[in-house]
Amino acid sequence: MNGWFKSGSPWVWLSAAAVSVCILLVVALLGLIAARGLVFFWPKQVLQTHYQDPSGISYRLIGEIQDSEEIPAARLRESGIEPPGDRDSYTRYLFKTGNRDALGMDFRMILPDFMGKVEYPAELMVVERREWGNLYGYLKEFREDGRVVAQGEAAVAELQRRLKEALELFGEIRHIEKDLIGAINYQLEQLRLEERRLKLAGDNDPAKRDAIEARRKKLREEYAELQKKRNGLFPQLNRYSFTAEIMTGQLVEVPLAKVVRVYFPNAMGPLDKIGHYFGKLWEFVSDEPREANTEGGIFPAIFGTVMMVLLMSVVVTPCGVVAAVYLREYARQGFVVRLIRIAVNNLAGVPSIVYGVFGLGFFVYFLGGGIDALFYPEALPSPTFGTPGILWSSITLALLTLPVVIVATEEGLARVPRSIREGSLALGATKAETLWRTVLPMASPAMMTGLILAVARAAGEVAPLMLVGVVKLAPSLPLDGNPPFLHLDRKFMHLGFHIYDVGFQSPNVEAARPLVYATSLLLILVIVVLNLTAIRIRNHLREKYRSLES
Amino acid sequence: MYENSTNIPAVDVDALQGGASSGATLEDEKIAIEVKNLNFYYGDSQALKGIDMVIPENRVTAFIGPSGCGKSTLLRCFNRMNDLIDDTRIEGEILLHGQNIYDKVVNVADLRRRVGMVFQKPNPFPKSIFENVAYGLRIQGINDRRRLAEVVERSLKGAALWDEVKDRLDDNALGLSGGQQQRLVIARAIAIEPEVLLLDEPASALDPISTLKLEELIYELKSSYTIIIVTHNMQQAARVSDYCTFLLMGELIEMANTNTLFTNPQQKQTEDYITGRYG
Repeated sequence: MNGWFKSGSPWVWLSAAAVSVCILLVVALLGLIAARGLVFFWPKQVLQTHYQDPSGISYRLIGEIQDSEEIPAARLRESGIEPPGDRDSYTRYLFKTGNRDALGMDFRMILPDFMGKVEYPAELMVVERREWGNLYGYLKEFREDGRVVAQGEAAVAELQRRLKEALELFGEIRHIEKDLIGAINYQLEQLRLEERRLKLAGDNDPAKRDAIEARRKKLREEYAELQKKRNGLFPQLNRYSFTAEIMTGQLVEVPLAKVVRVYFPNAMGPLDKIGHYFGKLWEFVSDEPREANTEGGIFPAIFGTVMMVLLMSVVVTPCGVVAAVYLREYARQGFVVRLIRIAVNNLAGVPSIVYGVFGLGFFVYFLGGGIDALFYPEALPSPTFGTPGILWSSITLALLTLPVVIVATEEGLARVPRSIREGSLALGATKAETLWRTVLPMASPAMMTGLILAVARAAGEVAPLMLVGVVKLAPSLPLDGNPPFLHLDRKFMHLGFHIYDVGFQSPNVEAARPLVYATSLLLILVIVVLNLTAIRIRNHLREKYRSLES
Repeated sequence: MYENSTNIPAVDVDALQGGASSGATLEDEKIAIEVKNLNFYYGDSQALKGIDMVIPENRVTAFIGPSGCGKSTLLRCFNRMNDLIDDTRIEGEILLHGQNIYDKVVNVADLRRRVGMVFQKPNPFPKSIFENVAYGLRIQGINDRRRLAEVVERSLKGAALWDEVKDRLDDNALGLSGGQQQRLVIARAIAIEPEVLLLDEPASALDPISTLKLEELIYELKSSYTIIIVTHNMQQAARVSDYCTFLLMGELIEMANTNTLFTNPQQKQTEDYITGRYG
């Protein structure tokens, strides 16, 4: 036994165990998130049954089983339900009935013990709507201009055909409203600001004023034309509607303009289901959110996250590298430099919310306010840069990740062999030339390492962003077709904040829960992609600037 | 024949001598560098003590002596490489063609362009062979590709490396063998046409064949450059140098025609060293 201890095997086993625990944890984490998040898009069977409520009322139930849990009988009794039989625990379903407009709520808790015979009728229809969530029911009639044009089987075919048209129309209207009219509104706002700028400068040149007026007139005309076109499309879109019978037997009329998707899950074959799955998945990553972020996609959040991280990299890399070069190459190594190093290392440990507060106080109010007063007085009192935005978020996170980049770069610089520097200096290069042409390229893999760590930290950071630029729903992306194309003053959406918002601030938490998992999975994916890109670049650089020892 | 022993030279000194005839003395030579009362300190400890010497032009001068005697330090004084080390101090003068290189008006980068250096361990940059040789020129702002190609070819030929690398100039220089790397570094140094070439134990990391090639190269180069070489290996000093300087404990003990120094040392310490009673 003593020999066994001396041989070191226990430590090997112990380390191996520790590694396994870590790997298991990571796999379990990813597995849970992936399983919960990805299953969400799979079309569930919709069941119909008779439910004998414990209070004696009996009614028809139509919907999906969203989740199930085991609860002890005592808790059931406490909540006023006398459980059937005398088991210790009962299964309880979280049942999604949809039809929030008619029923007042989407979800209810049910006990399978009270359920009658369960059926999966193929005619059961799921309608994803732009408002009021899903509808579950039977299609009754299809109407055109209020007149019934088809019923039963025929209505299904008619609905599918018209829905396609309606979606195209809807897309066109949205394009006109968001892109074209949006651009005109943007330009009109710019004109207004220009006019105000002239007024503030005391420039009363009538020629300039007339030019602005002429441009404005032209824009107004374009606007009117677009609006006419849009208004022309609306009646077409609003012509069709259909009625459906929901679980209470009530008939609900749904205008086709409000429908995103119609499907019959119980009649779908495996291939249809796979198609539906990927369609939903694509919608999730490419579309904008609907209904207070609980439906639709999260594209603006992905875009905002990636963009913010890229901006942050652009800010943090030069700052960190320059600081590291000074500390390592130029500063006299002594007490002061040691103090600075300690300070830099400690900065990495400051809670991130503190950076948020600093960013809000210094960047947003002080710097942003100053910039507004100097360069955007025409827009006041509404602030341009004096309000949280993507620029300030990026800079705040750059500050947060600066220590990582500095430390990594310093280590990289320290690893460049002295002989290489001397070789360059001996050829008549100055210190700056040596740094620029030889030392910095050789240290570039280390800088990339720093940047990788910085990106990993910044992409997942939420707390400071809540103070300096993230919003629940941003009306437009920070990058669009209106000059100057990159709008650094805009607020943006972020995956991390989206998770928080959907998970905890949503009016419909039950509906949003699967989205939390799916969004988390996507956030991890985004970080992995960003990191892999950086790692690839680093490996390429490493290959290129292999130093002498290796 | 190349073993690193410090016994009495086993080779025939006369047979390997070139340039200055075995009987020539320093008085007959044109002087490139003059060192006047040079003292050098690392912090409080004095590494060089009152060195006075001359380096003849277009000759190979070797510094020999036991480890820690200050020969590398002295060599690094000629291109002010010691400036890079913190907490060092120098007194005295080094005149390069009459001008004190420690004068305030001297631009160190310019000086190093005139006094090239090759180090103990080959230190090519992690760049292509071409870029390694062109480095010094690019520093001077020469970017004309044709001109660079010309100089690179001439320098590589001058360093006897051209035939081995002419087909792979764009390959990474770190892929070359140690001996090739050392010749590449010499090519890099002579590409900027210095007046003086400092070699700091250039063969210590090389195998015998590479060492032989390097020594032949030094022999070739001395028609165009004033060469100072630091070496541990007395046979090597005997083979390649015209003049030889023996240093001990930071002091210059003796400097003379190599032949004379090895066959007829004037100082007791020199004799002890070359007959192997030291180091």
